Amino acid sequence: MKARSKFLLGGLLVLGTSGVLMASSAKETAQYFLTPTELANKIEANPRFVKAGVKIGAAVVNGTIQRAPDGRSVTFKMTDTTTTYTVHYKGVIPDTFTDGVGVVVEGRLNDEGVFEATTLLAKCASRYENEPGMPGAEGGMPGGGMPKGAYPSSPTYQSSKTSAG
Amino acid sequence: MILVGELSLWVAILMAAWTTMISWAGGWQRRPDLIFSGERAMYATFAFTLLASIGLWYALFTHDFSLRFVASYTSRNLPSVYTFTAFWAGQAGSMLFWSLVLTMYAALAVFLNRNNLRRMMPWVTGTLGVVCLFFLCATAFGANPFERLDWVPVDGRGMNPQLQNPGMAIHPPMLYLGYVATAIPFAFAIGALVTRQLDGEWLGAVRRWSLLSWFFLTIGIALGMWWAYVELGWSGYWAWDPVENSSALPWFTGTAFLHSIMIQEKRGMLKKWNVTLVVLTFLLSILGTFITRSGVIESVHAFAQSDVGPWFLTFLILATILTAILVSTRLQDMQAQAELESMVSREAAFLYNNLVLVAIAFTTLWGTLFPILSEWVQGEKITVGIPFFNSVNTPLGLMLLALTGIGPLIAWRRASTANLKRQFITPVAVGLLTVAGLLAFGMRHFYALVFYGLAAFVATTIVQEFVKGIGARRRMYDEGLFAASGRLVMRNRRRYGGYIVHFGVVVMFAGFAGMFFKKDFTEVELKEGETYVAEDPWGSRWSFTSQGLSRYETLNRLNTAVTLEVARDGKPMGYMVAEKRQHFDAQKNATFEPSTEVAIRESAKQDVYVFFSGLMDEQTAVLHIHFNPLVQWVWLGGFIMAFGGIIVMWPQAERRERGYVAELAPQHESALVGVGG
Repeated sequence: MKARSKFLLGGLLVLGTSGVLMASSAKETAQYFLTPTELANKIEANPRFVKAGVKIGAAVVNGTIQRAPDGRSVTFKMTDTTTTYTVHYKGVIPDTFTDGVGVVVEGRLNDEGVFEATTLLAKCASRYENEPGMPGAEGGMPGGGMPKGAYPSSPTYQSSKTSAG
Repeated sequence: MILVGELSLWVAILMAAWTTMISWAGGWQRRPDLIFSGERAMYATFAFTLLASIGLWYALFTHDFSLRFVASYTSRNLPSVYTFTAFWAGQAGSMLFWSLVLTMYAALAVFLNRNNLRRMMPWVTGTLGVVCLFFLCATAFGANPFERLDWVPVDGRGMNPQLQNPGMAIHPPMLYLGYVATAIPFAFAIGALVTRQLDGEWLGAVRRWSLLSWFFLTIGIALGMWWAYVELGWSGYWAWDPVENSSALPWFTGTAFLHSIMIQEKRGMLKKWNVTLVVLTFLLSILGTFITRSGVIESVHAFAQSDVGPWFLTFLILATILTAILVSTRLQDMQAQAELESMVSREAAFLYNNLVLVAIAFTTLWGTLFPILSEWVQGEKITVGIPFFNSVNTPLGLMLLALTGIGPLIAWRRASTANLKRQFITPVAVGLLTVAGLLAFGMRHFYALVFYGLAAFVATTIVQEFVKGIGARRRMYDEGLFAASGRLVMRNRRRYGGYIVHFGVVVMFAGFAGMFFKKDFTEVELKEGETYVAEDPWGSRWSFTSQGLSRYETLNRLNTAVTLEVARDGKPMGYMVAEKRQHFDAQKNATFEPSTEVAIRESAKQDVYVFFSGLMDEQTAVLHIHFNPLVQWVWLGGFIMAFGGIIVMWPQAERRERGYVAELAPQHESALVGVGG
C-alpha cells in the first residue's frame, strides 16, 4: 500500500506540474479565433479591441490577390460574405494560397483598417475540396462541397494567377 | 467494372451487417453454425470491398471523368504512380481505402484465430463487423467515390503538385494502416469484456496487432514530418496542427499500451488500465479521423466540411458510451493479482512511462480541442499556439527519455541497491560527462544540456545491455562477435528489438534538440554572379553564388530554377538547385498555384535549406536560406524505430509452443544479466 501511495503522489506531482504549465502557457498563447464579422462586432463593442492580436478564418475573395513580384508579400481581401477586410502579409506565402481558398491569418488591424498579418495559413491542398458556403469558392473546382453538375468548363483553370514567372 | 465496384460496395455493407448480427447471435446462443457463417461473411465483406476498390482503381486508370472523384483528383497527363495513389488523395477515395484496409485486417484477424479463443471470437467478429459496417456506410452515404457528374469533362483537374511527391504518396496509406489496426485490439477487448475472459489470452492475440498499428503509425508520422519539411518550404517538420496531433494521439496511447501490457503479462496487474488504453487508442484514432474530415477544427490540412462528420461523431459517442457501460459492469473481473511493491522497480518505471505518455496525449488533445471547448464554455473560439504544446510536452518528453533508460534496466518488484549500482553507474557517469563536456564546449541552453545528457545516459544503457548479452553468449556458446550479436537479437526479439526502438527514440530526440540551435533564416536577393555569405550555427561560413536562372518544361510542368554554387569556408561544396514549378494540364493551361521545390544539402551536422521565394525581377531570385541543425537525425531515428519494430514483430517460430509468457522472459536472461526477481 505504501509504494502505491508513493506512486500516486509522484503521479500527482507530474500531472500537477503539467497542469500548471498548461494553464500558464494556455494563457500566454491563447488567441481569439474569429470570423471577420465577429472581429467587426468586437471592435464596435469595444474600440480598444483593434489593438488585440487575433486569428481570423476567412476565404480569399477571387481576383483580389496582388502578389509583390518578389514573392515576399501579398495583399488580398478576405471575407465571410458579410464583412470583408483587406489583408497585407509579408513572409513565406504557402503554395496552397490561391483564389477562393480558406485562410487563417494571425495579426492585427493597422490604423488604416488593413489587417497586418504575421502568419498566413492556407488550407492544405492535399484535401483540395472547397467548403460549401465559402464565398470565394464560387469560382469552382469540382470538390466535395460543389453542388452536383457545377463542374466548370475549363476556362476557370486559367483564372489562377501565375506569378512565379 | 466501375458498376461492379459500385454495386460491390453495397453488397459489402450487407455482408458486414450479416457478420455482426449472425456472429453476435452465434456468440449469444453458442451455436457453431452461426459463428462459422459470421466468419465467412467477414471474409466476404473483405472480398466485396476489394472488388469495390478495384472498380475505383479501374476508373482512375481508364480516366473515367464521369466520376466526380476521378475528375477532381487526376488528369490525363498525371504520372501513373500518382494515378494509382490518387485513390486516397481525396475524401471519398480515402474513405474507401480505409474500409479496404479495415476489412482486410478484420478478415485476417478472424482467419488467424479460426481455431483459437472460440468463446471470445464471435464477439470479436461481430464487433469488427460493426466497425466495418460503419465505415462502409460512411463511405457509401457520406462520401461515395462512385458519385457521378451530370456530364463528362474532357480532362480532370489534376492532382495537387504538393501531393506529387513520393513521401506524400505513401504517407497516408501508412497512417491509415496504423489507424485502422487499432480496431482489432478494440474488438478483442470487447470480446474479452463480454465473455469476462480478461486474464491474458486476449492480450496475446492483440499484442501483435498493437505493434503493427504502432509500426505503421510511426512510419506514417515520420513520413508526414519529412514531407512537410521537404515540400512546404518553412523548414520545420512539426507545427502541432490539429491533423498532425490527431495522428500522434493514438501513437502515444498505443505506445503506453505496449509497455503496460508487459506488466499484466508478468505480474497480473493493470488489467483495467490495459483495457482502457486499448479502447482509448481506438477511440482516439476515430476522433482523429473525425477532426481531420469534419472541419470542426480549423486546420491547414483539414478536409472540407463534408457529410462524413456526423457519421463519425455518432459512432464515437455510441462506442464511448457502450464501452464505458461494458467496462463498468466487468470491473470485478479485472482485479489485480499483485500490488506495486516498491517505487524503485520496473513496474513503477513502466507506470510512470504510461503516466507521462498519457499526459502528453491529454495535453495534446486538450490543446487541439481548445477552440471547441472554449466555444462551449465561453461562447468564443480561442486557440492556443505552438508554445503551448512545446512548453508542456518538452519537460514531459524529457521525463519519458529518462524512463526509456531506467525502465528496461531496473529489476522487477523491488530493485536492490546492488542492482541499481551495477546497472546505472556507467550510464549515469556517461550522461554527466556528456553534460560536462558540452558545458566545456560552451553550450548553455538548459533544455539542450538535459536532452543530450539524458540521450547519452539512455544510449549507454542500451549499449551496456548489448555488450553484456553478447559477452555472455560468447562465453557460453563460444560464438564469434557477429554470430553472437545476431543470435542475441534474433533469440530475444522482443527485448532487443525494443532496445533498438529505444535507440531510435534517442537518435530522434537528439535531432529534435537540434532545433534549439536554429537561427532565424535570412532572406537574400541574388542576381546572376552575386554571392551571399552566411554563418551557420557551427561557426562555418557558407557562400552562395548564383549561377543564374533557368526555365525548362517537363511532362506536366514548367520549372523555374535557380542554381547556387555553394562553398563552406572557401571549400567548394557543389551546387544547389531550388525550383518553382508551374503545373499545367494537357492543353497547357496552368493548374494550381506555383509550387516550390526546396533545395536541401544534407549532412549529419545540419541541413542547408534553400527556399526559392520568388523573383524580384527577371534576373533576381529571392531566396530564404536556413541552417537546420541535426535534422537528419530525426529521419534516422524514425528509420531505426521502424527497424526495431520489425524485429519485435517478426514471428518467433521456435518459441511459439511455450506461449507468450515464455517469449517475454527468456529464462537465461536473468541468469546472464543478473537481474534477479
